[in-house]
Amino acid sequence: MTTIDRNDVEAGIGLPEDADQWTAKIRGFLMRTLPPGRLIPDRQPSYMASWIYIFGALTMGALAMVILSGGILSLEGPTWWHTSSVGLFVNSLHLWSVELFFFFMVVHLWGKFFMAAWRGKRALTWMTGVITFLASIGAGLTGYLSQTNFDAQWISTQAKDGINAVGIGAYFNVLNFGQMLMWHIMILPLAVVAITVLHVLLVRARGIVPPIELEPADPATAVAGGEG
Amino acid sequence: MARTKRFNPDRDINVWTGPYRPYDLAKEIIVTFLAVAVIAVVLAVVFGSPDEKSVTVKSWSTADQVDFATTAITELDGTSATAQYGPPYNDVKDVSQMIGPFSIESALGVHIPVNPAQDFVLGPLSTVTGNPKLSKALAEYKAATPEQQQAWSAAYEEAVKTATVTAGTLVVPPGDYGPVGTLIGNLTQLATSGGLDASLINHAGFYSTDYTKSLLFVADGGYFSSLGDANHLSGEQWGMMNETGSYPGQPWLWLYTVWYQIPPFNGDNTFGANADALVWILMMVITAGFLLVPFIPGVRSIPRWSRVYKVIWRDYYRSQR
Repeated sequence: MTTIDRNDVEAGIGLPEDADQWTAKIRGFLMRTLPPGRLIPDRQPSYMASWIYIFGALTMGALAMVILSGGILSLEGPTWWHTSSVGLFVNSLHLWSVELFFFFMVVHLWGKFFMAAWRGKRALTWMTGVITFLASIGAGLTGYLSQTNFDAQWISTQAKDGINAVGIGAYFNVLNFGQMLMWHIMILPLAVVAITVLHVLLVRARGIVPPIELEPADPATAVAGGEG
Repeated sequence: MARTKRFNPDRDINVWTGPYRPYDLAKEIIVTFLAVAVIAVVLAVVFGSPDEKSVTVKSWSTADQVDFATTAITELDGTSATAQYGPPYNDVKDVSQMIGPFSIESALGVHIPVNPAQDFVLGPLSTVTGNPKLSKALAEYKAATPEQQQAWSAAYEEAVKTATVTAGTLVVPPGDYGPVGTLIGNLTQLATSGGLDASLINHAGFYSTDYTKSLLFVADGGYFSSLGDANHLSGEQWGMMNETGSYPGQPWLWLYTVWYQIPPFNGDNTFGANADALVWILMMVITAGFLLVPFIPGVRSIPRWSRVYKVIWRDYYRSQR
């Protein structure tokens, strides 16, 4: 058996005899796709100089606030905020964090649209962003349905007709408070966070999309994109 | 020989070979989070959040006994919105929305069974004990033929239009409505006492979190929809996108809600009659297009045609001149 010292093990320098390991292959893939300088960069291309770039980070900041305030609401249960002034404040914080989250996300989305940010094999980044937006709409709607007040009653009885008309309502019953609450605090937040993490990792792996160019600077180094 | 794809500016990039500048990502993340936290706290303190009390069957029947009784009789005779809904609640034929010749809700059938006459009226009344007059009325109604039941209900529906409330009790003018007057009168008393709220909840043993039946019953009443109208929440007022009070609600649903406000979906025609199904299908198509923007020729060229990118990367393009 070939020996290897501790520093090489911790640096992930694998031995040829371990190359067939699943672990070694996954580590190799991650090291190639997301080397430390790409995963946590301290420099960015000089073209990245516009206020529009801040909206991705603002969206994530708002998402963190949504999760934080929602977590506090979860501590005392879904009806706490009706009877406690602290609860009402936390609910307000949750509401406005959600409003900010969507506002920042929509500005981010339009910014990325006008940058054609899917170019250079970044289509999956665009698509994960769209799926995050859709999952967030579901999380927002189920949140409104979980308020245990008149708004929840009204929105659920209005929403049922559309959702029933395409058959989804038979399985996703917007009038069933327990089912909506579970989707709101478990399934959809997990989906939003998981897809957001994937989205951010894709951004880090592919880098920030360069400016639109009408002609290839060098056909040999131009990157065709769209497929992933 | 391998074919080389022609450079497409809407799909391809030039790999960046220019300079890099310092960018403190960790600092950006922390600072933006703190900024968002401050803005959210300020908004929460200044504007708060709406919390209009929920409508219970008790609060509804106490506030408007006539509307409650008027709704209850339609649940009993099967003419209410819920009784005529069809799938997924009940097996009424030819009422489901169509997408062309096809109805998805009909194809899937009944998944959340709701029988308004039994679940909203007869079932809860049969739990009342120590009321011989009610027991007799229930027995008489159940023993009658469907034609007789319909005749009684029709007579009561007519009579209840001129009903009044005297000393907190529903007073319906006399008519040939047999035991139905006793049934609806007792149901109204059960509702105002709060007993009906508990009866309507779907119980799985001791606990329950399913308010499907309560919500369907409450939403059939005119009282509930009048509250929605008063709070600018009805369908023609951009519906569920709004919330009570002067709050933003869910503005991100505008593209879904807008179709209900415009022809042909708001018209008295086939599109209007099937608006829910058609708007959903339309939104699914739009969503698929949104997801696939990077692959749709023409749509993916809009950024280049718009030239907004020249503003976003103005420093870069200036440096290229």
